[in-house]
Amino acid sequence: MTTTPAKTPEFTLDVRGLRLQLPGAARPVLAGVDLTVGARETVALVGESGSGKSLTSRSVLRLLPPGATTEGTVAVQGEDVLTMDAKQLRRLRTHTAAMIFQDPRAAINPLRRVGDFLTESLRLNAGTPDADATERAVRMLEAVGLTDRVLRQYPGQLSGGMLQRVMIAAALMGDPALILADEPTTALDVTTQAEVVGLLDDLRERFGTGLLFVTHDLGLAAAISDRVYVMYAGRIAETGPAEALFEQPRHPYTAALLRSTPRLDAPAGRLAAIQGQPPSLREELTGCLFAARCPFATQVCTEDLPPHLPVPDEPSRLVACHHSDRLADQLAESALHD
Amino acid sequence: MTTALVRRPGLARLRLSRNRTGRPWLYLLCLGFLAVVVLLALLAPWLSPHDPNAVDLGNALAGPSASHPLGVDGSGRDTASRLITGARTSLLGPLGVVVFSTVVGVVVGVTAGWRGGWLDSLLSRTTELVFAFPGLLLAILIVSIYGEGLIAPVVALGVAYLPYVSRLTRSLVLAERKRPYVEAYRVQGHSGLQICLRHVLPNIAPVVLAQSTINFGYALIDLAGLSFLGLGVPALTPDWGRMVFDGESAIQSGYPLSAILPCAAIVLTVVAFNVVGERWADQVARRDR
Repeated sequence: MTTTPAKTPEFTLDVRGLRLQLPGAARPVLAGVDLTVGARETVALVGESGSGKSLTSRSVLRLLPPGATTEGTVAVQGEDVLTMDAKQLRRLRTHTAAMIFQDPRAAINPLRRVGDFLTESLRLNAGTPDADATERAVRMLEAVGLTDRVLRQYPGQLSGGMLQRVMIAAALMGDPALILADEPTTALDVTTQAEVVGLLDDLRERFGTGLLFVTHDLGLAAAISDRVYVMYAGRIAETGPAEALFEQPRHPYTAALLRSTPRLDAPAGRLAAIQGQPPSLREELTGCLFAARCPFATQVCTEDLPPHLPVPDEPSRLVACHHSDRLADQLAESALHD
Repeated sequence: MTTALVRRPGLARLRLSRNRTGRPWLYLLCLGFLAVVVLLALLAPWLSPHDPNAVDLGNALAGPSASHPLGVDGSGRDTASRLITGARTSLLGPLGVVVFSTVVGVVVGVTAGWRGGWLDSLLSRTTELVFAFPGLLLAILIVSIYGEGLIAPVVALGVAYLPYVSRLTRSLVLAERKRPYVEAYRVQGHSGLQICLRHVLPNIAPVVLAQSTINFGYALIDLAGLSFLGLGVPALTPDWGRMVFDGESAIQSGYPLSAILPCAAIVLTVVAFNVVGERWADQVARRDR
């Protein structure tokens, strides 16, 4: 990659050592995040609230909280977002990367017609003639399963699922290389969720975009993504191919998350929960940030930050845990007992 | 919409059209009255039966007659003609005040709310300084410096009314810019200025305009008050406030008609503007719910 860095980037999105510090916080909100999304690849970023998953996806568009300072690089198509000037940033936001928000009803100006919303970015920022922009809007609406009737309607006249489709169409308007979906289905009911997820997957294939899917829903992450990043307290705990990662978690946090996911086929009883709370941003911590809640934690965990190491025999997986083999042994054992 | 419009108590209580299911007869009546007043002002030169400044001292303080349906004042000038022609300055003055305070207030409020930080503090504290100073006093001060005329009191009252508008605008912008759609537009590559002008401003405009309509009524009272004090329009210009001032001596002589009629015109117009403005404000407030 060093020979022709800007021309042929290996990854659509390449985040390296991203650290993000907020004023007044004792430790960084993001403490060295490494993450890649390839072309046509779906990558899920999972974690609980406050783990920094949304911040990571937002930093890709440099949508940072006020006063935030960053380190590291966030390269989209080989260009570092964090060092761009205003003009490059606007081009990136118009053409290269697009974001789909959690609540579509809040993310669209309620007083503008849908057609206006869809075409505005192209008309104003790319100088596309009205007719061409409208034509593309109609094509994109058809791609997301809506008719051009929607163009003349107001957001209030559409259902939540339809609006999220409009949002997806808007994201596709600039023909982006990367789509960031920040919990795009949280505000939707379950049947609509499935439709929207299916649609996203379908469109990613059709338009050849990379998709970073931020969610706290492990089932959804497993269903949609090629690779998964599990995030905890601003750090990637574990990453790997979705199937392998959920089949055999190597980080106690992933294992605990999976255990606490409600299942219909599990015996009745109390839901498993992870003891304790995620660490507050006000406390400075050494060692593994999960140590306080981890059943495997030992002395070393509170002293040394575990590095990201490849899992033996599975080079595509990385895990940041001192006791990843002990977890593997225990899982293997409990599998024997079942 | 949590932001309340600035309404002075008293007049705001006068809402007989509370009943939402019934016809808003009071609103329609007021709207009709305002339409008539505006039409009279626009067509004054053609509608007034006499020259409003034609003096006929021999006929001074005469009661209503066929040629002078509303009587004449102490100098023998036709009251009807003066009322009709006076509607021009009486409406033009407040219009100037409202346009000035709205335009400048919106610019200040939007800048303060959108930019935030030190600029917000500077603009907000500066405009709040004006609050501490009574508007009418400010106007008297400016008029005493610049002398009689319509411009000076209009600018003075415009400055006095500016903080009401700028504070309202600022709070609206603060609420609006936190709405997620602003961020959504930002990630579509729109610049802050674009979002502000194309989306935020149109979205808050109805509330600001409703406030301005209410302000119009108050500006009319204040300007009439200035004219009554002899600080507004020049002496010969027909103006409702000035007419009350001119009619003062006539009241003492037992001929109140020439003073009462302009008073009634002022009160009715202000009330009508308030009722209309209140209703618009209510409609705007209900829109978001």
